[in-house]
Amino acid sequence: MFEKVLIANRGEIAIRIIQACRELGVTPVAIYSDTDENAKHVRLADEAYNVGGSVARKSYLDGETIIDTAERADAGAIHPGYGFLAENADFARAVEESECTWVGPPSDIMEQFGEKTQARNLMAETGVPIVPGTTDSIESADAVREFGDEHGFPVAIKAAGGGGGRGMRVVERDDDIDSEFEEARQEAEAYFSNPDVYVERFLDDPKHIEVQVLADEHGNVRHLGERDCSTQRRQQKLIEETPSPALDDEQRAALCETARQGVAEAGYVNAGTVEFLYQDGEYYFIEVNARIQVEHTVSEAVTGIDIVKWQLRIAAGEELDFDQSAVEPRDAAIEFRINAEDPSEGFEPMPGTIESYRPPRGIGIRVDDGVDEGDDIAPFYDSMFGKFVVTGQTREEAIERSKRALDETTIEGVPTTIPFHQQVLGDEQFRRAEHSTTYVEEQLDLE
Amino acid sequence: MADNVIIEAPMPGVFYRRPDPEEPVFAEEGDDVDAGDKVALIGVMKSFHDVTVDTDGVVTEFLVDNESEVEAGDALLTVAPS
Repeated sequence: MFEKVLIANRGEIAIRIIQACRELGVTPVAIYSDTDENAKHVRLADEAYNVGGSVARKSYLDGETIIDTAERADAGAIHPGYGFLAENADFARAVEESECTWVGPPSDIMEQFGEKTQARNLMAETGVPIVPGTTDSIESADAVREFGDEHGFPVAIKAAGGGGGRGMRVVERDDDIDSEFEEARQEAEAYFSNPDVYVERFLDDPKHIEVQVLADEHGNVRHLGERDCSTQRRQQKLIEETPSPALDDEQRAALCETARQGVAEAGYVNAGTVEFLYQDGEYYFIEVNARIQVEHTVSEAVTGIDIVKWQLRIAAGEELDFDQSAVEPRDAAIEFRINAEDPSEGFEPMPGTIESYRPPRGIGIRVDDGVDEGDDIAPFYDSMFGKFVVTGQTREEAIERSKRALDETTIEGVPTTIPFHQQVLGDEQFRRAEHSTTYVEEQLDLE
Repeated sequence: MADNVIIEAPMPGVFYRRPDPEEPVFAEEGDDVDAGDKVALIGVMKSFHDVTVDTDGVVTEFLVDNESEVEAGDALLTVAPS
């Protein structure tokens, strides 16, 4: 095991990694920007180094300075956390070429999974289902009809040269497909200087379900069950839970094993998440997140397996010491992201000072946070400053316990997402688990 | 000529004079501006708000550094109305 690990991050995830280091007898080394000089992650580390100005580009995104700092501090490894440089394959490669070990998947694997179409093809080759679509561009509106008749409507006509949903048109059977097809081509030409379009099944009411995996350098790959992250807004997850209330045991086993096998065949190493969309009993691969995720906590809560410690052990060359059959999730866990945002004002983020802070306590509560009372939440970085993870023997118990936990929480000085969480916990659609990724934006009437 | 108009920060955040680190600044001192022109951004975590001038005139002085933290109501720049 490494003697020292530099943590190239801040806030709650830096503290999570410091905690894992402590339990392994590793000395944690923090970095900080000007504004973070007295931040909680700095207070908790044994050593801390200033790496630059407050804007992330000048500090937490300055890979060269971070690697220099790690070498100067004599750190054996660099853990990137999530965000910032965590998914930057070039940075991972630079770390690999330095005196430090990269705590994450090898840079070439990150590159493969970072490019979305390549990742899709890679997983499709290993037999992981992907959203049905034409791989080649289509020549006529008839091809749209044929595809829709075979795979079901609605379908999405997408620009071959584009991404991010720009120029995408969602088409129903009864729409004027001829004109939609022509307009899609014109938009594709306008946006991407390439009129080619292809067609894909459009999932209009999907759940977001993802599978946590751990893989070592010795060919052992395990999954730690799934998480349901359907409560999200503009692709930002707000509540994550496990097990997914949408799956029965048979579907769950199949999904998790599919994910496990997919990353195993791709030669994946370290912790990762395989993300799927799930609708009408079918699941489709979207992407692999080649890093630790915010919501890893719920998987830890139900499996008892410390994912962050395993990230460090795997990076140090250790072998996973448990079989798949030893992974036996029990109970239900729900994570609530505590962001300095005002849900009644369109989730407007708001910096400020935490004037008073009394997080929930008692049975079934885990709190991961990046602040103490009196700390500032700076405007430079993400608005999330804490996560409350609530466990119960059943989903119902976890929900009732969560209401209790959020009711007894006090946070003053900044608005938070707590009123949103309280509303969701009382909402029948969420309680019946009939919510999809469209729930927060389209069905929930925000108070 | 009327007195300089002070443009204040509408909210706490980070003061940006460029849309992107690689892009030119929205406005330099001495530039002519029209009412409604965007002269800076206030970034709050991942959201960005325009800072606009409410009068035609000339930018006389930027009072805070690019990429520095500001409080709501802080004076950001002055404009001499034309």
